[in-house]
Amino acid sequence: MKAIIIGCGRVGSAVAMELDRNGWDVTAIDEKEDAIDRLGTHWAGGFVQGHGMDLAVLRESGIEDADAVVVATNGDNTNIVVAQVARERFKVGCVVVRLLDPARADFYRERGLHVVCPTQHAIAVIQEAIRCAEEVS
Amino acid sequence: MYVLIAGGGKVGANVARTLLRSGHEVTLIESSRDRYERLEAEFEHQVQRGDATEISTLEKAGIRRPPDLVLAVTGDDEDNLVICQLAQVKYGVEKVIARVNDPRNQPHFDLLGISPTVCATSSILGLVEHEVPAHGLIPLLELKRDNLEIVEIPVIKGGPADGTTIGRLRLPTGASVIAVLRAGNAEPAAPDFTLAAGDQMLAIVKPDKVDELRKALALT
Repeated sequence: MKAIIIGCGRVGSAVAMELDRNGWDVTAIDEKEDAIDRLGTHWAGGFVQGHGMDLAVLRESGIEDADAVVVATNGDNTNIVVAQVARERFKVGCVVVRLLDPARADFYRERGLHVVCPTQHAIAVIQEAIRCAEEVS
Repeated sequence: MYVLIAGGGKVGANVARTLLRSGHEVTLIESSRDRYERLEAEFEHQVQRGDATEISTLEKAGIRRPPDLVLAVTGDDEDNLVICQLAQVKYGVEKVIARVNDPRNQPHFDLLGISPTVCATSSILGLVEHEVPAHGLIPLLELKRDNLEIVEIPVIKGGPADGTTIGRLRLPTGASVIAVLRAGNAEPAAPDFTLAAGDQMLAIVKPDKVDELRKALALT
């Protein structure tokens, strides 16, 4: 199975390494050359330096026959565009996209994207923790 | 007409100024503080500070009305794309115009149905190509909605068009010559008009027939 990870920050690199350990063929894409350092010393997968909106970069990473794409750059709008390109142009079956803004996360989820919104998770967890404190006191 | 403009740079500010002068209602959205303050001195309450890709900013600017036209002219293509997508799909804005900063991003706008788009770099490249003597086909105008392109085709010495009449020219279906430019004059494309090397043909063609047209006329 082949996965492309676009945006090799904390989230992207951790997902990439986990997939790599599980035997996936993984290629990570990041604008910054030194992002490859996040992938550890045993990194066996590929790495392409470039912007996720650049079709040449996406093709070089092998997106055309990828089974899964994870989009987690630090720009929500870049992620929105790249996720739709992966799904609609390259017909990737599994596309997961990280968005920080809850409002855009809701909208694009309604549009059928598989959106993960850490902000929504954090809000829910914090609210739950506060509720527990109320019950205890 | 109510027009919402995202991006208060040179393009956005000038369009806002022109529209206001001709009596239209405009809201301009700008995210940078410096630029916003300068714009506010001129446009007062008609400029709002905020990130136009944020739903709350768009709603404050009146996107729910909805505007007759949304113009996304920021310096970031991904932002322009998302603004247009939100306007069209979420708020039912009928007409959007997007600026494309990097022509390599044009396919993303096409893929996601954002049209029309304006790209200064592509326009300049088009003009440059027009000036450089080439044996290729030059795209002049793309009418995406009508699925039609207007192109300029040189008649090359010894090529398939040289010495032939327009009526005898073998073109793929979906392509036809509409005029011929010769020595600075435009001649209507009558079937008995004999083409000569150095002429420039203007033709309309369906975008998916461009390659066939190129082949039919042995162009590079």
